[in-house]
Amino acid sequence: MTDIPVQSEGRASALPGWALKLGKLVVTVAVTLFGLLLVTFLIGRVVPVDPVLSVVGDRASPSTYEKVYLELGLDRPLYEQFYLYAKKAVTGDFGESLLTKKPILQDLARAFPATLELATAGILIGTLLGIPAGVWAAVRQGRLIDQLVRIFGLVGYSAPIFWLGLMGLLLFYAKWGIVPGPGRIDISYEYSFTPTTGLLLLDTAMQGQWGAFRNVLSHLALPASLLGYLSMAYIARMTRSFMLNELAQEYVVTARVKGVAEWRIIWVHALRNAAVPLVTVIALSYAHLLEGSVLTETVFAWPGLGQYLTNSLQNADMNAVLGGTLLIGIVFVGLNIFSDLLYTLLDPRVRRRL
Amino acid sequence: MTSPDTTLEKQGLRNWLLSEQPASRRQARFGQVYRTWLAFRGNRLGMLGLGIVLALVLVALFAGVIAPYDPLTGGDLRTERLLPPSWEHLMGTDDLARDIFSRIVYGSRVTLLVVALVAAIATPVGLLVGTTAGYFGGWVDTVLMRVTDIFLAFPRLILALAFVAALGPGIENAIIAIAITSWPPYARLARAETLTIRNAEHIDAIRLQGASPVRIIWGHVMPLCLSSVIIRVTLDMAGIILTAAGLGFLGLGAQPPQPEWGAMIAAGRRFLIDYWWVATMPGIAIFVVSLGFNFLGDGLRDVLDPKAQQQ
Repeated sequence: MTDIPVQSEGRASALPGWALKLGKLVVTVAVTLFGLLLVTFLIGRVVPVDPVLSVVGDRASPSTYEKVYLELGLDRPLYEQFYLYAKKAVTGDFGESLLTKKPILQDLARAFPATLELATAGILIGTLLGIPAGVWAAVRQGRLIDQLVRIFGLVGYSAPIFWLGLMGLLLFYAKWGIVPGPGRIDISYEYSFTPTTGLLLLDTAMQGQWGAFRNVLSHLALPASLLGYLSMAYIARMTRSFMLNELAQEYVVTARVKGVAEWRIIWVHALRNAAVPLVTVIALSYAHLLEGSVLTETVFAWPGLGQYLTNSLQNADMNAVLGGTLLIGIVFVGLNIFSDLLYTLLDPRVRRRL
Repeated sequence: MTSPDTTLEKQGLRNWLLSEQPASRRQARFGQVYRTWLAFRGNRLGMLGLGIVLALVLVALFAGVIAPYDPLTGGDLRTERLLPPSWEHLMGTDDLARDIFSRIVYGSRVTLLVVALVAAIATPVGLLVGTTAGYFGGWVDTVLMRVTDIFLAFPRLILALAFVAALGPGIENAIIAIAITSWPPYARLARAETLTIRNAEHIDAIRLQGASPVRIIWGHVMPLCLSSVIIRVTLDMAGIILTAAGLGFLGLGAQPPQPEWGAMIAAGRRFLIDYWWVATMPGIAIFVVSLGFNFLGDGLRDVLDPKAQQQ
């Protein structure tokens, strides 16, 4: 995030640093959210579909058409329309979905936990494998293992995830039968528990339905591993670069001279220092998994945000598309800001400067 | 050029290129390129990537010669549907009895078109926004960078999806949507570069000679930002290909019967279990090409980016 001048900069010197930083943050968030609203509003305006016709249908009389036209506020100037749109969006009113005939917010709230569960499982796999791989590559810099990690990462960057998903289904489901097919849960288990959080792993575990729990887990395994592979490629690469940076520092030499065991230098001394920027990297790749989940969910018939978005797209349900886009944008921005804050909190050097 | 039977003439050219005291600006420039090439040549993965990208260009150029069958009209629907790979059909045939190999060969044109056009649209826009913001600073910078941040606030594929949804599916709209979502990182990079250049003494000298801001940005700031932006664009090309393929897979990119790789995977999805090759082959094509761009970009960065070299 770039610095933006705050109105009261002249007086701000009297304020403590954290207040200034907080003020800047609030302004940044406000401006970005405003921008998100503006972009989605403008996208909604260029649609060649007549918004009135999608409400009243093709055979409405001219008087009905006129009434709805006025109701939607289409006769007013564009900035007024934007104001109305923003006012509604802020209160969570994105209109009604043409497809499900329900408020879009309700649809989004139902789809979101599925994506959250998938992305969280993905980031866990990516972090748990990516950090050791990156550390290992840094320690053996230039050797075979370093090359392997690098190539493995580049392969992860290069393969289309929807194709990997299809290949995974072909091999692990159709050919070898190791994992269940698409979907979040088998129908036979679907009604064995009451969904409360929407995170099926949590729901089934809390209600002690271990059969259903295992079923959910087996459904999650393949798509989560794919997303995990994607984020692992990035996390391993960044870990390697941070670790190389740390291992060249003088405190590492000092520790060696003092006779600290090599594994301790690597995993405790150096990794702890590399961990601070790594948190940012992990938060960012978590946000990017939202993107990967759109295509993954389509392949695995996963009833999350991505599938909701593509379904709405294919049915020209523009309000639903914009609502989903806005939600993903907000989560994305939120994670970015969260990683910024976490960075400040974790690094004493940055914290002291406040 | 280092082989023992190098002719004297080539030795002369080599010396001319590697001269420590270039006599002309042209010689210095060619020498710089040659040195970069020498450094790049030692990068095995980078060379592999270059080979793949060159192969893609050649295949796209000579698609008519390479492809044994017509990409759009298939053979006999009764006997030639969904044939497995064989010598007659290297990658088998699809559900409309079209030769998959020929379709992939022609599909390279679509891929190359997307990459070239997105780069041609997004690079200048990013450069222009970034250098202007960085050079002027102040409220110009604030406004331009706010706009950039807003575009960066959406994940790329999601924003492209929303744009294509608004503009309507099709290859042109997919290209526009990807370009709209691609420029912000270039703008940020160009701005950062400009900030380090703008106070340099040679820029001050030019300003004192009375050059207008437009002239300074266009003639003196932009060329200095170009190389780092180009590396970034090359590194991004794999991402562009994957986004285009993703849009195609969702049915929002190139429309049938155009042989677009992502759309071909989507079409093969229905037959995945019984006729695996229909969806597998185009995926391999996407994978190889974006791997090539990634190798090339990685190699270029190793050679051209001094920060990466230190590691």
